[in-house]
Amino acid sequence: MSNIPENLRYSKDHEWVGVDGDIATVGITDYAQHALGDVVYIDMPRVGDKLSAHEAFGSVESVKAVSEIFMPIAGEITEVNDGLNDTPEAVNNEPYTDGWMIKLKMDNPGEADAMLSAEEYDEYLVASA
Amino acid sequence: MSETELKHTPLNAVHRQMGGRMVDFGGWDMPVQYPAGVIEEHMRCRTRAGLFDVSHMGEIWVDGPGAIDFVNRLTTNDVTKLVDGQAHYSALTNVGGGVVDDLLVYRFAEEKLLLVVNAGTTEKDWKWITLHHSDEDNCALTNASGEFCQIAIQGPEALGIVQQLTETDLSAIKYYHFTESWVDGVESIISRTGYTGEDGFEVYAAPKYAAQLWNKFLEIGSYGETEGILPCGLAARNTLRLESAMSLYGHELDDDITPLEANLGWITKLDKGDFIGRNALAALKEKGLSRKLAGFEMTEPGIARDGYDVYVGEVKVGVVTSGSPAPFLKKNIGLAFLPVDFAKTGQEIRIDVRGKHLAAKVVTTPFYKRPV
Repeated sequence: MSNIPENLRYSKDHEWVGVDGDIATVGITDYAQHALGDVVYIDMPRVGDKLSAHEAFGSVESVKAVSEIFMPIAGEITEVNDGLNDTPEAVNNEPYTDGWMIKLKMDNPGEADAMLSAEEYDEYLVASA
Repeated sequence: MSETELKHTPLNAVHRQMGGRMVDFGGWDMPVQYPAGVIEEHMRCRTRAGLFDVSHMGEIWVDGPGAIDFVNRLTTNDVTKLVDGQAHYSALTNVGGGVVDDLLVYRFAEEKLLLVVNAGTTEKDWKWITLHHSDEDNCALTNASGEFCQIAIQGPEALGIVQQLTETDLSAIKYYHFTESWVDGVESIISRTGYTGEDGFEVYAAPKYAAQLWNKFLEIGSYGETEGILPCGLAARNTLRLESAMSLYGHELDDDITPLEANLGWITKLDKGDFIGRNALAALKEKGLSRKLAGFEMTEPGIARDGYDVYVGEVKVGVVTSGSPAPFLKKNIGLAFLPVDFAKTGQEIRIDVRGKHLAAKVVTTPFYKRPV
């Protein structure tokens, strides 16, 4: 079974969001990293990029495949996880902590509340299995 | 194709039990990777040993006084050069010189050959071979694909592992030679061949012994220990063969690609006498190739994938046939057909990685060569 922390919000594209004030931290879920397999490279946006919701902000590449990663929420990129350049496997090993990808300043912090809760995301995974 | 229609190798239940992630591979339900993951599987095969279920491959017997002449007329390599107990890599070609399939030809005896063909093309090959076969060929054909399991054990420790299970002196079997013997008491063909760039063996036996052999190889190879043997899925099989710049049918080879273009001139014996496709291949050689398979590595971050376009300047010059991260080399590599003028070591090219034209350069192949 996938690990789905209670304190985060989720998208149907398998991104997670952690909210702290108007700053959101974004990564991909345990389910997503498992489906991708060994992650070897992450193409990231630049700090300062302004992106709308559901727009691709980068891509994550495993040995077998490439997958786009989407903005769960509109906002401006304030930080990217440069550490993943050297340790992309953190996305597999610690998807919710060291494997975080970007931080963004949300245009509308209320958007996060509209995302899936851990329970809803779990139900979504079960339903789409 | 629904899952119920997928074909199963005799090891299907074993793969599932070991946590193999199963995918549809040319109509076969096969493990793409096991829980260790593609990178560890790849690395373990390079440094220790890897175990592969290749039972989906097709086997065709050619028996009779005309066997050598018949196979020689259908394939590019020179079958008359084989001795008993020897195998070679070859290609079935069509009239245009395109590759119907690539295969191994084993000589058991002057009147007994075994063709080992790709899984996804077994039916196509069988049709092609029987279409070109008549009573005058003085040999019988038997599609024996269901009568074999095939397990590949590859890597620097492969010989030592298999040696513990047979009385045959394996070090006496030269590369691309084989012997009929017993492995763990099971009647087997032990072939010193493989698709990884490592030393190793491909062991053929009756399907009912597949699980016994598989489990025995794992046991002797200390599966489960830190440096023990690992079962390897199709993903690692692909990255291993790509590092070694071996062709994959449907990618570097197909009905419209000649072996000459795919750097397989060494198995294309135009002087051996007539064979299907010879005239077209001789004419192409005379005229000179317009495109040629080249290896490249990315020189800026990004990964080339199958089907991506290749550019020189603003001009599209080719398409990536296989592209992937190379786990052992820790580079991003690929193969592409390029105009011969650009298929030269050091040539700077660009790969269209989802809209970004990223720098790469042509390098010599194989990308990886095992230490001798």
